[in-house]
Parts: sequence; structure tokens; C-alpha cells
Amino acid sequence: MLFYTLKRFGMALLVLVSVSLITFTLLRLSGDPAAAMAGEAATEEDIEYVRTFYGFDRPLPVQYWSWATKALQGDFGRSIYLKQPVADLIAAKAPVTMTLGVFALLFALVLSIPLGVLAAMHPNTIFDRMALTLAVVGQALPSFFFALILIVVFGVMLRWLPISGNATWLHFILPSIVLGYYSTPAFMRLTRAGMMEVLGSDYIRTAKAKGLKPPVVLFKHALRNAVIPVVSLAAVQFGFMLGGSFIIEQIYSIQGIGRLALQSIYRSDFEVIQAIILTIASIYIILTFLADVLNAFLDPRIRVH
Amino acid sequence: MSISTSPDKLPSAEEILEPSPAALLRRRAFRHYGFIIGGSVLAVIVLMALLAPLIAPFDPYDQELTRRFIPPVWHEKGTWTHVFGTDGYGRDYLSRTIYGSQVSLLIGLAAMLISGVIGTTMGVLAGYFGGRVDMVISFFITNRLAMPAILVALAVVAIIGSSMTVVIWTLGLLIWDRFAVVMRSTTQQIRNLDYVAAAEAAGCSVLRLLLTEIMPNVFNALIVVASLEVAHAVLLEAALSFLGLGVQPPTPSWGLMVAEGKGHMYFKPWVISIPGFAIFALVLSINLMGDGIRDITAPENRN
Repeated sequence: MLFYTLKRFGMALLVLVSVSLITFTLLRLSGDPAAAMAGEAATEEDIEYVRTFYGFDRPLPVQYWSWATKALQGDFGRSIYLKQPVADLIAAKAPVTMTLGVFALLFALVLSIPLGVLAAMHPNTIFDRMALTLAVVGQALPSFFFALILIVVFGVMLRWLPISGNATWLHFILPSIVLGYYSTPAFMRLTRAGMMEVLGSDYIRTAKAKGLKPPVVLFKHALRNAVIPVVSLAAVQFGFMLGGSFIIEQIYSIQGIGRLALQSIYRSDFEVIQAIILTIASIYIILTFLADVLNAFLDPRIRVH
Repeated sequence: MSISTSPDKLPSAEEILEPSPAALLRRRAFRHYGFIIGGSVLAVIVLMALLAPLIAPFDPYDQELTRRFIPPVWHEKGTWTHVFGTDGYGRDYLSRTIYGSQVSLLIGLAAMLISGVIGTTMGVLAGYFGGRVDMVISFFITNRLAMPAILVALAVVAIIGSSMTVVIWTLGLLIWDRFAVVMRSTTQQIRNLDYVAAAEAAGCSVLRLLLTEIMPNVFNALIVVASLEVAHAVLLEAALSFLGLGVQPPTPSWGLMVAEGKGHMYFKPWVISIPGFAIFALVLSINLMGDGIRDITAPENRN
């Protein structure tokens, strides 16, 4: 177990370094950062000044090395637009995005696990078909369009919920529904498959045979085992949600790191974009690492591979 | 089916008339509602894109400021001249919606082709060779999955400057992961089958083996992933254009039309609902087709 954990950890670190390298190179090679940062009205000298000031004139590996060593000490540079350390900006905005992510994940789980269980208990019925149809239909709805529909219906026509900002927990309801909705099919399919496998197993037959009440069999014996893979999927999906939340944050004016990333992209604020992409990637890498270790702990067969 | 000369062991009529595999496939296709519905809607949209200049009633770029925000025909003030109404510049919304299908389909198909070539090559090589090759390619896939792809795409597009070509290449270079993952595991399954071993024993070169033994047998899975990736790319293009970093105005892109209509959506909801529904219909029909192809070609793999 220890060896497996260490191996996974080493792998996670390696991925982290290479993701940071790829992101850094991609952003530098896509265009001239100095010209973008100096703005459209800048003269040759202005651009040259920005270039030397930020060290864009140095060779790429040197730039990466100095950026990476500083980043390791928690210094991600300064935002050229907001004139603040990037690390402070991210630290201030991250909790908002995390809250959104947690609410979205909760929404997805609360909707998909009961649906998955019901579908598994009555396979190939109209109910099962409906759950699958809902999943296929929902995936085709662009998230920004879904977000706008909810704003018009619940915010403007019915006036039930606030549609802009992140002042209270009520503000998080609509955006969490949009963000979480896109994970429900994956959770539902996994719960359904897991439940069907478990319900057909010997120990469930034994539990039923010894006269346990159906709800006890279902919740205490079956569901517990069926949701184990759901836990690791939740880790992965949470990572995806953080990476995809920017469009939702933008539409609902939620002041999280996603919106900060998008606005930094509009303003060519390189240091911020780079740090946020790396932050989101790191969270994803850490979560998948934890999920791997948890899986290996729960299922010893995985450790051998 | 055994044929015997003894009269009481003659094969039954059903056995002789057993349909060919192709006929079975057709029969399954015509019984699959998702496939039929998805296929029909998709056919309509593709025809719309191909025949756009013939069927669009107006020039999609033609601005007429005296005709701003005419409501669509189902609205009480609508007219049959502008069936879907007009936008904030007085451009005919039906014509823009029709031309928008060209943008979505073109970007979806092109990005799918680029990512398909990259992902399939990586997946097949990793699955066939295994060992170190697999390790390196799997590492690439892990890297790609760890990166928030859309955010990276936005950043790159913002720096390079947005155009249709840039969007196609950025998406193509970013969404190959599903191709790679599926092709890798499919190839792994086929790699150990007897006919591959037979071809190896017969002295086939690796290239010939990959092209004549492996590729035809991963083709079904490839078609399914390809269709889902077209839908994925269509959605991403719409999102990029919605954020102003995809297709640039005045090109009619459905995502861009939603963005342009956003400010007026409270009182004139059709300006976002028409292009939004168009994206929905296209993506849904492609996904239904993809799921249908999977069910029809490999019904045992359902779920």
C-alpha cells in the first residue's frame, strides 16, 4: 500500500511539473506577451520596456525556471491589471469557486443517485428509459444557454431566486444547478451499473433470504457497496467542474477564480491566467491522486497493477 | 446450420432464410428510434448548411436598421417576411440561423478530424505496442486530462487572435483525449486475438498489421467516438463564440448569436432561444446518431 501510494504520488508530481511546463510554453509561444500586455496604443519603446521588465527577453527555459522556483515559494508574480500579487487574488477568490463546486457536486449527487438506484431496480422499464433519455437530452443543451434560460424563468419571470453575484447562499442555487447538471448522467450511469451488479450478487440474495426488510437490504447492503466507485468519480468530476465553472461564474457574476481567469484572458493578464490554470490543474491532480489511493485502499486488487 | 440428406433433418425455412449480417444491421437501424430521429434531424441540418444560399430568404449580413427586432412569426406582431424575426441590426434571423449551421458543422467536423488523427494514432500505438510506448502516451493523456482544456483554449485563442482557422486548430489540438483513451483500450482487446497473432506469424510488417488487421476492427468504436466528438466540438465552438473568443462578428455563429441577444433576452426571448435551440438540436441529433450506431453495430455492448 505504501509503495503504491508513493508511486502514485511521484506520478502526480511529474504530471504537475509537465502540465506547468506545457501551459507556460503554450502561453509564451502563442504570441508576444509583451505586446499584449502593453496594450494597443503602446509604442515600440513601451513594448520593449514591458519585455525587459517582465523578463520576456530571456530564453524560454530561463523564464520557466525563474517562474517555477518563485511559484514553489508561493510567489506567482503580480497582476499587471489589478496591481496585486496573483497568489493573494487567487486566495481571495478560490473559496467562492469551491463553494460553487461543492454545491454543484451535492446537486448532482442528490439528483443522480436516487435516479440511478431506481433505474437499477426497474431495468428496461419506462422509468429506466426516461432517466437515460433525460441524460442524453441534457448533455446536448449548451451550458451558457441553460444558464440563461434559468435566469429568465426563475430570476425574471417567477422572481424566485437572485441571478447575479454571490452575496448569499441563495445566489449559488441556479449556478450550482447548471454546473452540477452536466455531471448527473455520469453519476447516474455509474450508480445504475453498480447497483445492478450488486443486486445480482450472492450476499444480497442471502440478505433477502434471511428475511431482512427490502429497504434494509437496499440501503445497508446494496447501496453502500455500489457507491464506492461513485466516490472516485466525484473527485474527477469536481476537478472538471472547477475547470468549467468560469462560463457559469461569468454569466451569474460570481466573483470566483473562473471569472477572474476569464477577465484576465480579456485583459491579457498573463501571470494570472497561468497561475489559475495551474491551480485548477493542481486541484484536479491532487483529487485524482486521493481517489486512486482511496480506491486501492478499498480494493486491494488495484495495488498489484 | 447443418445440412443433411435425411429428409427429417432438413433445415427449416427460417434457417435457410436467415438474414445476412447487413440485413440484420439494417433491421436494427430501422427499429432504433434514437437513430432514426437523430439521423433525420441531422440530415435536415446538413441539407440546410449545404443549400444555405438557395434556401435562405435574405443575405445574413444585410443590415437594415429600420427593421430592428421584428418578432418571429408565432409572435402576435410577427410577419411571414421574417419567419424568425430580425436581430438588433435588422438582419433576418432565419437566414442567420441557416448560415450558422455551416459554421457549426464545419468547425465540428474539422476539429473532430484533427483530434481524431492525433488521438487515434496515439491510442492505437499505445494499445498495440504496450510497455514503454504505452507509458509515454498514457502520460500525455494524463497531462491533457489534468489541464482545464477550455480555459487553455480561450487563453491561446485570445493571444493568437480569433478566427475560424484558429478555433478549429485549437479545438482539434485539445480534444483528442477521448479518441486516445477509447482507441487504446479497444486496440488492447484486439491485440491478443488469434488473427493478429496469425498475421504476425505470417510475417506482416507492423505498419501493414496496424492498417489491415487493427484499424478495420477498431473502426466501429472509432465512428462512435468521432460522432460524439463532433458534438463536443460544436458545443465548445458555441461556448467560445458566446464568450467573444470564437468566431468573430458579423459571421453568423449560433453561440455568437446567443451572446449578441443576451442583453435583450428579457423582453425579446426569441433572440436567444432560436440560436440556442439550434445548437441543442444539432448536438442532440449527433449524439443520438452516435449512440444509435453503437447500439446497432454492437448491441451486446449496450450500457
